[in-house]
Amino acid sequence: MTEANLSAGNGNGSPRIGVYVCHCGTNISATIDVVAARDVAENLPGVVLSREYKYMCSDPGQEIIKDDIRELGLDRIVVASCSPCLHEETFRNAIADGGLNPYFFQMVNIREHASWVHKDIKAATAKANDLIRAAVRRVRFHRPLEARRVPIDPRVLVVGGGIAGIHSALTLADAGKKVYLVEREPSIGGHMAMFDKTFPTLDCAACILTPKMTQVRAHPNIEVMTMSEVVEIDGFVGNYRAKIKHKPRYILEDACVGCLECIDVCVFRNGKTPDEFNLGLSKRKPIYIPFPQAVPQVVLIDPEGCIEFRTGRCKKTCVEVCAERNAIDFTQEETFSEVEIGSVIISTGFKAFDARRLPQYGYGRLDPVYTALEVERLVNASGPTEGEIVLRDGSKPKKVGIIHCIGSRDKNTNVHCSRVCCMYSLKLAHLVKEKTDAEIYEFFIDMRTGGKGFEEFMLRVKEEGVTMIRGKVAEVYPEAGNTGRVVLQAEDTFLGMVRKIPVDMVILATGIEPQADAEDVRRTFNISCSTGGFFTERHPKLAPVSTFTDGVFLAGACQAPKDIPDTVAQAGAAAAEALALIDAGHIELEPNTAFVVEEECSGCKTCVGLCPFSAIGYDEGKASINEVLCKGCGTCVAACPSGSIRQNLFEDEEIFEEIVGVMANV
Amino acid sequence: MSESVDTQVAGNGFEPMIVAFFCNWCTYMAADLAGTSRMKYAPNVRVIRVMCSGRVDPQFVLDAMAQGADGVLLGGCHPGDCHYQEGNYKALRRYRLLKRLLTDLGIDEERIRLEWISAAEADRLRDVVNEMTEQIRSLGPANLQVPQEQFVKPVPISLEVSV
Repeated sequence: MTEANLSAGNGNGSPRIGVYVCHCGTNISATIDVVAARDVAENLPGVVLSREYKYMCSDPGQEIIKDDIRELGLDRIVVASCSPCLHEETFRNAIADGGLNPYFFQMVNIREHASWVHKDIKAATAKANDLIRAAVRRVRFHRPLEARRVPIDPRVLVVGGGIAGIHSALTLADAGKKVYLVEREPSIGGHMAMFDKTFPTLDCAACILTPKMTQVRAHPNIEVMTMSEVVEIDGFVGNYRAKIKHKPRYILEDACVGCLECIDVCVFRNGKTPDEFNLGLSKRKPIYIPFPQAVPQVVLIDPEGCIEFRTGRCKKTCVEVCAERNAIDFTQEETFSEVEIGSVIISTGFKAFDARRLPQYGYGRLDPVYTALEVERLVNASGPTEGEIVLRDGSKPKKVGIIHCIGSRDKNTNVHCSRVCCMYSLKLAHLVKEKTDAEIYEFFIDMRTGGKGFEEFMLRVKEEGVTMIRGKVAEVYPEAGNTGRVVLQAEDTFLGMVRKIPVDMVILATGIEPQADAEDVRRTFNISCSTGGFFTERHPKLAPVSTFTDGVFLAGACQAPKDIPDTVAQAGAAAAEALALIDAGHIELEPNTAFVVEEECSGCKTCVGLCPFSAIGYDEGKASINEVLCKGCGTCVAACPSGSIRQNLFEDEEIFEEIVGVMANV
Repeated sequence: MSESVDTQVAGNGFEPMIVAFFCNWCTYMAADLAGTSRMKYAPNVRVIRVMCSGRVDPQFVLDAMAQGADGVLLGGCHPGDCHYQEGNYKALRRYRLLKRLLTDLGIDEERIRLEWISAAEADRLRDVVNEMTEQIRSLGPANLQVPQEQFVKPVPISLEVSV
């Protein structure tokens, strides 16, 4: 803010601006006359040199800028190319290499905002010229700035304890970082814990998952919080603070050893409540453990079913049997805790499509109709039938129909392909055939088996005698004559005819949807959702696990439908990104904070209440801004009646000049 | 200056000039996404990037109108989604004020527009720009341009006097 700062650069006080117009191959030059744009820029006041070049972001392109700075004494640089989100950093670094303050730079977005969205060359060129003119006018007012450095807290919060969260947490913990793993269910494990076998290798899901779950429990660097949810997060990259809600388990986690005796002695002789883990295919007691391998190995009480909670007059046999450890506590209440972390990995997973939304398939109405996840439980040895495939009426199926794309690839439900359904349908076909020797019909739209060993697996299942029918089932209805069977009606597009196939069992290959509360999670962590409701990654190709909020990463199916190997790969990548941040030790933040020009401040306090981050203090009749707390939104700057608050990189003069620049030709 | 290429879109018809202030996190991103998705929309909007719609000083809007803009488009994050928690609410308040101010000045309030467009809503950005261009086209030129010499404080080329 001193005079010396303003005349930095060439020393004689007038700016020497260099303008560079990028062709971006033909991405820009096909729609914008880059030579004309260069010529227009050349004649703008203050511009010493104007060039166009094929790829400004390439090494030679950057070298041109550096050389020009050194040889021509340029002290302001304007590059008209792509979005600043892509290459602002690149050019700032090049300029710094050239010996200039990196903030003596303005980028003009003539690709995303002009050449790619317009067809008319004349109009697009006119727009590019206006934008370049605005930047040239603005850049003269730029000041030398320094990036803010903030330290990174090495602790990490992982939200969601499915395979993605487990893998991220273990990777980070193995690297010596403290991890808080928050899971809202009573056990970690997620959907993978419910599966029987995994495609295409058919190794058992529990056999590969449970050792990892145990590792998580035993790891000294991981703190697992089950029945917990993150309700609030504030701070910024490297320095977040999360508020976590802990729902009552009514069991003292530290005291319970998982002997399960309380379950045996519960006054309910048999379970009465549908078991969530078995999707209601079995019943559980009000005191229960979600599944045998649950982590933590701790029971919980469901107050809805428990007589003590409902009437207060239970014999409390559970408390009696636990007298020695005294782990049961009916008085537990919801509690909150806070953790400080530097980065966050979101791995909140998915929700299976609710097949009731498509009534033509009869789910919830016709007994023989199951969802794929239910069948996973049925074929699982620890499931409700101990691995026997028996229908709701107690019989074994002799003919089974599997319908693909339930809630996927359908304009009425979800347009996206859920990616895993073809493969898990083939897997279920194999498992059901193996266990029952039933005739199996797979109704598919397209068989999508892209993945290592996937096509081979499909061929193998085909050879096992599974009938593949290309066609979407229109309806499932009961067979005439009260046989208990249902009929699948579909057009076989290979044969070109409608087929009606009676079967004993229907498996609906339900798709993957975002979690029901993905919207709340998105708000809490200030990230965004793509059109389908899955969380948006920073860049679909080059930053697939980052988000637009620095220090918040994504892993697993919360970002898009994906199978276990992809989820694990992404979880590892998210952990690696977090590690890169942590091991750098600090991060540089954009120096776009606001500051008060004290002499001009009238002390009206308009700004004080406006700041959402409480960064503005008031002392001796003047406002002052705490640079550490300021996040650079500029709301106070716009509100200050005396114009005494300024925002670095977005000063009033700079924006007014941009307005003049874009309008200069009107 | 070679004005030949620098002129407005060809044709005899009136081509509106719209100045837009987009927040860095949502609407600017939506415009980027429209670009990467190669959506096509009207070339009448000139985007000025701000970090937050809360940064938009009503003076920016009036200034743009006084410089000859036929309309001003403000873009921010959806309510509740502001990267800075509540800057978009401040923008909304100022927008309401501006609308009243413009009406009082005898200017059609439809010349300014505030839209919540998230980073994923490229299609919405395209539609809003097209719609607004059409709307302003039907309203006709604003003709509010104040002669440069009366309006702008002399722009100091010399940096010494710029602050």
